[in-house]
Amino acid sequence: MAKHHIQAHVNGDEVEFLCETEDTLLDVLRDTLHLTGSKEGCASGDCGACSVMLDGRLVCSCLVLGCEVNGGKVETIEGMAEGEELHPLQRKFLEHAALQCGICTPGVLVASKALLERNNNPTETEVRYWLAGNLCRCTGYDKIVSAVMDTAAAMRKG
Amino acid sequence: MRYEAPNSVEGAVALLAGATGDARVLAGGTDLLVQMRADIVDPVLIVDIKKIPETRAITEERGGWRIGAAVTGAELKEHPKLKKAWPGVIEAANLIGSTQVQGRATMGGNLCNGSPAADSVPALIAAGAVATLAGPKGKRDLPVEDVMLGPRKLALEKGEIVVSFLLPARPLRSSDAYLRFIPRTEMDIAVVGAGVSLTVDGGGIVTAARVGLGAVAARVLLVSEAAQAIVGSRLDEAAQRRLEAAAKAVCRPIDDKRGTVDFRVDVAAVLTRRAALIAYDRARSN
Repeated sequence: MAKHHIQAHVNGDEVEFLCETEDTLLDVLRDTLHLTGSKEGCASGDCGACSVMLDGRLVCSCLVLGCEVNGGKVETIEGMAEGEELHPLQRKFLEHAALQCGICTPGVLVASKALLERNNNPTETEVRYWLAGNLCRCTGYDKIVSAVMDTAAAMRKG
Repeated sequence: MRYEAPNSVEGAVALLAGATGDARVLAGGTDLLVQMRADIVDPVLIVDIKKIPETRAITEERGGWRIGAAVTGAELKEHPKLKKAWPGVIEAANLIGSTQVQGRATMGGNLCNGSPAADSVPALIAAGAVATLAGPKGKRDLPVEDVMLGPRKLALEKGEIVVSFLLPARPLRSSDAYLRFIPRTEMDIAVVGAGVSLTVDGGGIVTAARVGLGAVAARVLLVSEAAQAIVGSRLDEAAQRRLEAAAKAVCRPIDDKRGTVDFRVDVAAVLTRRAALIAYDRARSN
């Protein structure tokens, strides 16, 4: 069977790619578009390492088929910094040492950005529940939560 | 593996009815893609129903609400009027998975995945929700409690899909609630789930009730004995005890490391009582 010809916007760029039905958006991002920032942890929607924005919604790219994004808009970790300028969340993660091995970090950052765009004054509980689908086996989460809370505080000051 | 995304109900039905081999409906994909990955299913055809407008809409209808089968949990949560009218249904749908999963997961998929532990199903059953199906023989309505027959077994015929749910119009002073027990605080599958919907009169007497119980039998149960146990009462202690006894009596749970039979039966009683009390308070303040 012929491959699907898909057109989508990824991090603001118009892209075209070919994929098989069973290829996930994560497969397409990593193997076809070579955007390897999104990670495959579990491939079953449990760990959040593959988190991306699809049409303005936070999703696990391992739970979306490549052919489902035809005409859609995808935002990945690669689109988070502006050139050399890190996103405030990325800077705070470095300041707070909110990462160790780094596998979960792209997904955590994408998910945290999605939260702060909806709510720039989340409680610690709200941050923890929002990020419950992003597993980290290194940090114990406290530094991640602190970095997100601190970014939110900085954003509110403007 | 063929992928199709028709933009009409008729198109989806024709594809599914004409398929030879395993054909699967794709809504949010949060169960289907996992099952494909684990080689539990290997469909020859995937029919994505998200391009069909009826599956994606939330509309008021005959004083009630029609919710498309492919509306996501995140979209339900962001609908203030629906949340006010059916808080139990929305809180149940919002317990499914993480923020990421909420961005995709749907009530149509939750029902058609055929799990007795599906969180939104006890709440839909308590709500008296009706599923509108479309198939080769046309449309038909089926109460949600009649859609699932057992684990992974549905009453749908070949080529038939769930298009939407209708949450009925309800009298003043009505509300609902859903509670589940999981060993963690988030991101887990219900060990027991209890949905209660009820109406009270001006004096605080329950005039109508429905109770749905999940994860305590091979399918999600409508427990009319539990509803009858509280109709006519002010949900006083005696009514609560009757409600608990009625909930316990229908439980035929599995026994596994996540919960023994005795534990699940006890928890079913506790959650049913607590969900009823929440629904009662909500109904009285409506």
